[in-house]
Amino acid sequence: MYDVVIIGCGVVGAATAYRLARYRLRTLVLEANNDVANATTKANSAILHAGYDPEPGTKMAALNVEGNRMALDICRKLDVPVRQTGSMVLAFAPEQLPHLQMLYDRGVANGVPGLELLSGDAARALEPNLSEKVCGALLAPSAAVVDPWGLALAMIEVAVQNGVELRRSAPVTGIRPKEGGGFVLATPKGEVETRFVINAAGVDADRVHRLLEPIPWQTRPNRGEYYLLDKSEGGRVSRVIFQCPGPEGKGVLVAPTVHGNLIVGPNAEPVTDRRDLGNTAAGLAFVKARAVQSVPSIRFGENIRNFSGIRANTDQSDFIIQWSENHPGFLDLAGIKSPGLTSAPAIGKLAADMLGEAGLPLTQKPDFIDERHVVRFRHASPAEKAALIAKDPRYGRVICRCETITEGEILDAIHSPVGATTVNGVKRRCNAGMGRCQGGFCGPRVQAILARELGVSPTEILMDQAGSWVLYGETKQSVTEEVSPHD
Amino acid sequence: MKQLVCIVCPRGCRLTVDEEHGYAVTGNSCPRGAEYGKTELQNPTRTLTTTVCIRGGLHRRLPVRTSTAIPKRLLPAAMAEAAKVRLQAPVEAGQVVIRNLLGTGADLIASRAMPAADT
Amino acid sequence: MTDYQLIVIGGGPAGLAAACKAWQQGLRRVLILERDCELGGILNQCIHNGFGLHRFGEELTGPEYAGRYIAMLAETGVEVRLDTMVLQILPGRDGAPHEIHAVNGKQGYQVLTTGAVVLAMGCRERTRGAISIPGERPSGIFTAGAAQRFLNIEGYMVGRRVVILGSGDIGLIMARRMTLEGAKVLACVELMPYSGGLTRNIVQCLEDYNIPQYLSHTITDIRGHDRVEQVVVSRVDDQRRPVPGTEMVFDCDTVLLSVGLLPENELSRGAGVEIDPRTRGPVVAENRETSIPGIFACGNVLHVHDLVDFVSAESERAGAAAAAYVMAGESSPAPAGTEPGEPIPVCAGEGISYTVPQHLSPAVRTAGAELFFRVRRVTGPAAIVVQDGAGNRVARFARSHLAPGEMEHITLPAALLARAIAPLTLRMEEANP
Repeated sequence: MYDVVIIGCGVVGAATAYRLARYRLRTLVLEANNDVANATTKANSAILHAGYDPEPGTKMAALNVEGNRMALDICRKLDVPVRQTGSMVLAFAPEQLPHLQMLYDRGVANGVPGLELLSGDAARALEPNLSEKVCGALLAPSAAVVDPWGLALAMIEVAVQNGVELRRSAPVTGIRPKEGGGFVLATPKGEVETRFVINAAGVDADRVHRLLEPIPWQTRPNRGEYYLLDKSEGGRVSRVIFQCPGPEGKGVLVAPTVHGNLIVGPNAEPVTDRRDLGNTAAGLAFVKARAVQSVPSIRFGENIRNFSGIRANTDQSDFIIQWSENHPGFLDLAGIKSPGLTSAPAIGKLAADMLGEAGLPLTQKPDFIDERHVVRFRHASPAEKAALIAKDPRYGRVICRCETITEGEILDAIHSPVGATTVNGVKRRCNAGMGRCQGGFCGPRVQAILARELGVSPTEILMDQAGSWVLYGETKQSVTEEVSPHD
Repeated sequence: MKQLVCIVCPRGCRLTVDEEHGYAVTGNSCPRGAEYGKTELQNPTRTLTTTVCIRGGLHRRLPVRTSTAIPKRLLPAAMAEAAKVRLQAPVEAGQVVIRNLLGTGADLIASRAMPAADT
Repeated sequence: MTDYQLIVIGGGPAGLAAACKAWQQGLRRVLILERDCELGGILNQCIHNGFGLHRFGEELTGPEYAGRYIAMLAETGVEVRLDTMVLQILPGRDGAPHEIHAVNGKQGYQVLTTGAVVLAMGCRERTRGAISIPGERPSGIFTAGAAQRFLNIEGYMVGRRVVILGSGDIGLIMARRMTLEGAKVLACVELMPYSGGLTRNIVQCLEDYNIPQYLSHTITDIRGHDRVEQVVVSRVDDQRRPVPGTEMVFDCDTVLLSVGLLPENELSRGAGVEIDPRTRGPVVAENRETSIPGIFACGNVLHVHDLVDFVSAESERAGAAAAAYVMAGESSPAPAGTEPGEPIPVCAGEGISYTVPQHLSPAVRTAGAELFFRVRRVTGPAAIVVQDGAGNRVARFARSHLAPGEMEHITLPAALLARAIAPLTLRMEEANP
């Protein structure tokens, strides 16, 4: 019998697990996918928003501003790449200036620090590549760029190190209340009993909740498409550049990533298939056309990857953070759309507080480990590099040439508390394959290392989720008869 | 008259072969082109390059080639023969892997040396 | 004294030829730094034949061609460090030694000083991202070279039903390899109205196996959540825009991309070497010296070649020049001098996409020069015209056909260059435009 089962290990599930890991509880995290942080958490704008966007008084407003502070703090403690770049919202015409003023007023009401309204020239003084058409901007110094899956991975790793259990490839297929309280969850690997359930299933949170009871809300999956440009374009802007919404809809952003690339996107398109992570020619054309309004000089020829993510939008305007009315002990953390990544740490804390209020004793563990250190060879000084290689020669073997990722770091990724088992799992943990050749050179080598370390054939290693086979068996295996060679 | 692109070298000469007059070739830049034009219409041949399994080597496959071109129609049968081979490293470059492949007179030979893996 | 007279970065065909030549010219402290576990570079996975007709007068496979140079190198005292990644080149100024920072598991973090450097890092393949192919992101999408490594070196099949995008030579070669290994190659799709590969490869890789080639077509959608299930191929108009209503759907599990190669110049850029935006390689003189004295470049890092024979020839030139640079510096305290006179820029005019070298030293007026270039479009009978800065026609070279897929070269004898006025411009003249 667990005290708490968290369904879903995206950034919200991971943040909740990390929060609960500090208490004397039996906590289990069930992740449907074969790896954590593998849905909305891995495909978004990778931004810690300042918090001027949500309407004052909403859950989003409070959780965004608190989440921004908490996320920055967690990134520093848990060695997650983050950079507080600040952000700007641009106005391109005088009629958009009132919108900036409205955002400024909201931000002040939400408690966002350091907001400033700038003239077009002042904005260009800070960001010389902005369009001549920019006539005003809202500057928010507290916004940051972050490694979003890295943040989720760090939190779940530390949670696991502190005793939280994690099962991957464990979708919940049934939920029934137990007499006298608590729940029984069905998974393909058997049933699990728990006192409390936290539904952090992201895009599928509505489906998970409906396993228990009918609900009055539903997910409205909404897809956003992106460009990710080479590091040669990473300095095109130094802050996150947003746009005021215009006649063509909500604007797209242009931002440096914490890894040094330039990210451009997203559009917003309602979709019916929650797994359709496709890019469309029309969607990409829209993103490109809007982005050059902000920064005309972007060289899209330097694109290294397109991707899209599904936002966990719902038919509700705010985050859905509430207990089931009929089944006390079942807590929804649902509809966590933008600014969900930023808010996640605050949502995790709120969830823990709500469990406490509901009668779960939250006793602090005296030995809670609240730190994590990751070797990043490329960022080490020459002396540190020499020391790393002296400690383990595999830090001297560069596998990913574009990002300078060593075999040692790939081994760290595979053998970490929530270890990588797939090629993209390695990529998310240590960046191998994230660079300009997109794994063309290191992919086969990463595959071989994974197979060796996990003790399986390379043909068993997946690119990413279940079904994403890379190889179709060996060559020269259609015959069994052996021929001895001539001398 | 048949038009062909010569594949003997990367130059890609456009050949014309006259089947009715002793397979006379024009458009070639070298004698090998004339030879190619003749055989291509009568008994087309190709050099086969593929790999064979090898154990204990730096890699798991050894690249091999036929020592001379073999009839094109025999390529699938030659692939099947190559698939049966199991070698043990080390192997020297040029070492014969299958002698007189399918009775063609061509040998299947190693395209490179394969040193034993250091373990 | 520096650690080495010459450090060659990369042990593929370019690096091997440059190092061998530098040794033959008299250098005795030469080092090759190679990031892979063996020498030979990408030739090791190019197991097909067709290499070496120019260089060795016979047709070799990639591994055999590499093997010839590896054997030559073994006859020299050139040192080799394998599994070694160069992290940084710090150029020395005013004749001071250059510094190479590299790592490997054995020697750890190494800082090596050298009189000269040859950049021979080769190139990488353009990816799906570089051309923004729409569709989902399942597994089963490989660059042709990555698939070639899996197939030829590691012995794994990457798929059973294959569509190839792009008609670069690696893609064509892979069409044949995959077919011989039992896969079904359904189509080779090329955006341009002409093939990007050598004609002989169209014949012996596609036509031999009845693989249809779709020119002026492209992939407009990739379907499959987990593994590729279908691709949609559409015809494109003369602006290369997909034409609605021309979609063909192929049921396949694999997409191979052969959509171009990019010189790998991150180290060069980091060192401050001037890069030509057209070749994406360093700007060089006829001796393959870059904008930084004592740093030379050759092979695919300089410009993408279609024949390794020309890589070898170019690299021997760079190796010889590096040796001359080092020995001139050692015999006199002043940095290696050049002959007096202004350099002669070489410009790519109408119909020419780039030239290598991009400029010539005054020495060519007595030694002559060889120019390499690619044309912008496919033509029938045409001529390459060289014009000087005063508008004088310096030379004219007739060609029966020209194609962007094939690197061209012309040789300008000293007699024609002796009085030519800078700059020189190459342009293409079509017989019947």
